[in-house]
Amino acid sequence: MSKAQALLNWIDDRFPLTALWKEHVSEYYAPKNFNFWYFFGSLAMLVLVIQIVSGIFLTMNYKPDASQAFQSVEYIMRDVEGGWLIRYIHSTGASMFFIVVYLHMFRGLLYGSYRKPRELLWLFGVVIYLCLMAEAFFGYLLPWGQMSYWGAQVIVNLFGAIPFIGEPLAVWIRGDYVISDATLNRFFAFHVIAIPLALLGLVVAHLLALHEVGSNNPDGIEIKKRKDASGKPLDGIPFHPYYTIKDTVGVVVFLAVFSFIVFFTPEMGGYFLEHNNFIPADSLKTPPHIAPVWYFTPYYAMLRAVPAFLHTQFWGVAVMGAAVLIFFFLPWLDRSPVKSIRYKGPYYKIALTLFVISFLILGWLGTQPTDFLGRIGKTEWAVLLARLFTLVYFAFFLAMPWYSRLDKTKPEPERVTG
Amino acid sequence: MNRAALLILLLLPFAPLAAGEEMKLERAPIDPQDAVSLQRGAKVFVNYCLNCHSAENMRYQRLSDLGLTEAQIRDNLLFATDKVGDTMTVAMRRKDAKVWFGVAPPDLTVIARSRGADWLYTYLRTFYRDDSRDTGWNNLAFPSVGMPHVLYELQGVQVVKIEEQKSEHGTESVKTLSLQSAGKLSPQEYDQLTADLVNYLVFMGEPAHLSRQRIGYAVLIFLGVLFIPVYLLKKDYWKDVH
Repeated sequence: MSKAQALLNWIDDRFPLTALWKEHVSEYYAPKNFNFWYFFGSLAMLVLVIQIVSGIFLTMNYKPDASQAFQSVEYIMRDVEGGWLIRYIHSTGASMFFIVVYLHMFRGLLYGSYRKPRELLWLFGVVIYLCLMAEAFFGYLLPWGQMSYWGAQVIVNLFGAIPFIGEPLAVWIRGDYVISDATLNRFFAFHVIAIPLALLGLVVAHLLALHEVGSNNPDGIEIKKRKDASGKPLDGIPFHPYYTIKDTVGVVVFLAVFSFIVFFTPEMGGYFLEHNNFIPADSLKTPPHIAPVWYFTPYYAMLRAVPAFLHTQFWGVAVMGAAVLIFFFLPWLDRSPVKSIRYKGPYYKIALTLFVISFLILGWLGTQPTDFLGRIGKTEWAVLLARLFTLVYFAFFLAMPWYSRLDKTKPEPERVTG
Repeated sequence: MNRAALLILLLLPFAPLAAGEEMKLERAPIDPQDAVSLQRGAKVFVNYCLNCHSAENMRYQRLSDLGLTEAQIRDNLLFATDKVGDTMTVAMRRKDAKVWFGVAPPDLTVIARSRGADWLYTYLRTFYRDDSRDTGWNNLAFPSVGMPHVLYELQGVQVVKIEEQKSEHGTESVKTLSLQSAGKLSPQEYDQLTADLVNYLVFMGEPAHLSRQRIGYAVLIFLGVLFIPVYLLKKDYWKDVH
């Protein structure tokens, strides 16, 4: 017995190292027909690691203090060795996290990955998405620029619109009557420890749930139904080495895209780093146009689209919240006999296309001032458009129990089709 | 015919809410690789801007990125301090400045990142005489600006002509600038000076800019080369999966 084997045995007697490796990696059987859309789960984990590591280094030089925060970021950009690189990796990583997660969620919509028995897996995923939004929101205040400050002001004021408890709730979140040093300190605490801890725990739960039920695939059929004599799925291949090496190819391509942004266009035309955020926060000067970072703009467009009613802005906030929370109900809204879009009928294909279009258009509208398309009478065109696409967005979910049942589906194959 | 008068034909809405709104900006003819232009810009910045405006995150030492030695920096560009390791601060107190100009002059370290080069280039060239303002100056890119035209000795004095023009949205006022009295520089020389200054401001906004791109090429080439063995390895592993 070699020394390495002896050491491994020593560990295995005390910790299930080999057993864990086998269960989750070398003998985790994944369907052999994963396509392009299946890269984004592992890429999301990669971005999480990138964000944690770059974040740790940023924390070493960043000062969570209203009088020093803006300057300390510029200090990192200039005087810290390699600081500009760490900062751009972190700021690019934030946007890339959302791109990867949106594509990962879209994959779920394509192939019905939220359907039984993967409901809990999907729910963990939606909670991860919520945490990610919170993480991004808290983190965006830290550079203490004008958009950090006024973006936070707008979002916290949303909580103020909740009837009865709103105002005290908003004060409780801020720790002050306006966004201030107290707010910056607590947002820092949430951003660097509270939410990342929750995220890590949830990612572990997401993976455990995945490995319990097994991965879905582009055909939306269960590979566990057909096994060979030794009990291995006929259409499954061990995650390692097949998907570890395949994902490595994806990682190299992804890192090339990521690096291109970091080194050549870190501001991404003002979408990843907003121009106005290079102006230090000023509580006395409200910018004429406050826009959140692109990944929140679909919901921001919905917020602005809903008119005040019964003397309260609460309805916009409620619609925005519902737009995110409605993802939780997806597993029970879909009544189609098949999971994958490959075997679903035209109704679902049209619905999903309209949903994606409305999400993109809402996102675009959210980056613009509401009057940028002009007006019809007293109402802005952009607001009318946002209302229309908000309806389409919700119709995708709310009408799903009907159109998914009435849809003309094709029979699923017995085995995966590649 | 002088160029300044020809160049500027700018549309402004009747009630400009914010500085620079709807302003057609002139493209700044800058080259971040041009060390001589950057050095000239640094000189203009230190002589004309760095009396009221600070650049609190910019160290004089960093000017060595422009090909200057520490001795050259110390002898030519160090007026407010005697240490090259210091940042570019000014002696004017923000409180006083607020009383004098109505607003404290903003720190210029990252001004090019918030305003953009084209805005700065347009702004620095569109000051005009306006006796209704306390300072006697106004600006097309930044209406009712608090800053007087610090470079007027060089550019000369511009005046504005307002014309009502009919357009599809009703009438619009079109403001045209013309040079009333010449400055020390010709319009071409003044354009070059402002371009140098803007070039410098862009550099100061992100001193890592040039090295960032250089490293970027190396990283992309590395990833491109790495892709080949990784892809071949994947192909080899997957050849028995059908």
